[in-house]
Amino acid sequence: MTQTKKFNAATKMVPVPSQAIVPERDIDKQPVLIASHLGIEFGGLKAVDDFNLIIGKTEIAGLIGPNGAGKTTVFNLLTKVYQPTTGTVLVNGKDTHGMNTVQANKLGLARTFQNIRLFGNMTVEENVRIGLHNQVPYGLMTGIFRLPGYWKGEKKQHEMALDLLSIFDMQHMANVKAGSLPYGAQRRLEIVRALATHPSLLLLDEPAAGMNPHETEELMENIIKIRDQFQIAVLLIEHDMNLVMGICEGICVLNYGRVIAKGTAEEIQSNPVVIEAYLGKQKEG
Amino acid sequence: MKKSTKILLNNAVTYGIVIIAFLLCELAISGTVSGFKISRSLKGQLVPICVYVVMAVSLNLVVGFSGELSLGHAGFMSIGAFSGIIASQWIGSAFPDAAPDAVRIIAALITGGVIAGIAGILIGIPVLRLRGDYLAIVTLAFGEIIRNLLNCVYFSADGAALHFGFNNPNLPGKLIVNGPMGATGVNRLATFEAGFVLVLFTLFVVMNLVGSRSGRAIMAARDNRIAAEAMGINVTKYKMIAFVTSAALAGMAGALYGLNFATTQAAKFKFDTSILVLVFVVLGGIGSIRGSVIAATLLTILPEVLRGFGDYRMLVYAIVLIVVMITTNSPLLLSLLNRVRPQKAGIAKEGSDA
Repeated sequence: MTQTKKFNAATKMVPVPSQAIVPERDIDKQPVLIASHLGIEFGGLKAVDDFNLIIGKTEIAGLIGPNGAGKTTVFNLLTKVYQPTTGTVLVNGKDTHGMNTVQANKLGLARTFQNIRLFGNMTVEENVRIGLHNQVPYGLMTGIFRLPGYWKGEKKQHEMALDLLSIFDMQHMANVKAGSLPYGAQRRLEIVRALATHPSLLLLDEPAAGMNPHETEELMENIIKIRDQFQIAVLLIEHDMNLVMGICEGICVLNYGRVIAKGTAEEIQSNPVVIEAYLGKQKEG
Repeated sequence: MKKSTKILLNNAVTYGIVIIAFLLCELAISGTVSGFKISRSLKGQLVPICVYVVMAVSLNLVVGFSGELSLGHAGFMSIGAFSGIIASQWIGSAFPDAAPDAVRIIAALITGGVIAGIAGILIGIPVLRLRGDYLAIVTLAFGEIIRNLLNCVYFSADGAALHFGFNNPNLPGKLIVNGPMGATGVNRLATFEAGFVLVLFTLFVVMNLVGSRSGRAIMAARDNRIAAEAMGINVTKYKMIAFVTSAALAGMAGALYGLNFATTQAAKFKFDTSILVLVFVVLGGIGSIRGSVIAATLLTILPEVLRGFGDYRMLVYAIVLIVVMITTNSPLLLSLLNRVRPQKAGIAKEGSDA
């Protein structure tokens, strides 16, 4: 916790054009994500409308909002689970128009899921190896006929998987079935699996859900550690305000599919529109 | 124990069972040990057993590992059977003296596998866009289409020349495939040894595929399609790999099957055959390769063993199926097994939660 506080004090937020909040160290670098005028309609219902967001190369950003505000829908739009009806998404400067989820992942977007989607019947290590699928490739025939490339690839995958698991100190669980892990460990494993795809932007959908305060604190430290170690950006959806306010350098508040506020933690906390969205209108007089 | 060593051990046991069964059968055929002999009718079943083992293991790749219910597996078998017969008969006609049987069998197996694999690609493209029950029904339809198309196909060999006619039996030379009459006058080249090698080859391909990067991708796509795609796995590609591999292996099985009989009609590969193979897979345990091998073997032998029941043979067969299905799924038996093997308890518990 002390580490996070120190970090926040050291970071000065610098606004760049179009209201984006990007930490100073990223200002002269190309943003990892530029979403502009993003929107999707489900049969006339605008689930997300005119969503704009810029995320710096090594920024930790938060996406918050009341239930049903469209936060997960934004994730699904960014990762192309849904094709947006309007707007564009640039990842590392490349337009993702017309791409599918697989291509978006190859471009550098990796995500976790609100309702954990691990491969429950596989072991922890195998789950991470699925994430490494495109990182350590070898051919189909190499696999079937067990050519030297297979043994080399499997060995490399094994080492890389254990390396990644060590971030959360989970190496000793490598042979445990993922489905039988405790809830918190499953969430952590999902993060490791997403990291294995070598992303430039990690999208975390409620990473602290179901974790106890102690685990949450550890998670906060680990998210910062991951950012520093891999030099990647993180966008997270979270209801735990301690976590969001503690580590997010930029926060975007969503309500009814629209962005109602953007800024640093302090700005968001004192923003009357945000307070109204969460707590309702203040009585006059 | 480490997972990789466990898998290696598991695979070794499966190979071991097959090899020991083969050696025992060879011993029984040779009759060197008095009293240990194989009956005539059972001896005739040896090649079909190998064929059905290959069919079951290959279907398990689609049903168990890829998680798609395919009801048209007999279609690929029939394609393999006919193309295998044509290849072997053509070689016999083109090089009457110079072609040993082994070459003709291998050529038949390869041709059957390749042609069925190509059919798998062609059918897989539309079919794998569908999911669940729709996929099952469309594979069923394709199985029937293949069977009906084969009824109109004519092939003849005239020396080294191969002639083809669609709905046109007037071809020069000797007819190999004669429309609805099927392939007639086939040289019965299939041997138990060839079947044994084919079973080993199938086990080798399927088990190694499942244990590789591609196999993990196939299972990931089955367990959670959305998560697999988010991890950068091209789900359609890997479903296709499983489907085509399975089709090619079924084609090879079909080729061996075709060479086991003097005549082969398309009517042999009806919907029942697809269902029969599916029964092997389900009874042996979906996703269990060893289970498929054992179930296919026992259920192919069973009708022969039950000959004593005469007309009631198939009734008893059905009852045996029902009893096995019920007992292997009974909670009482599972809990008993769990007590004997404590490490399996976690799996069973999870199953009941779901």
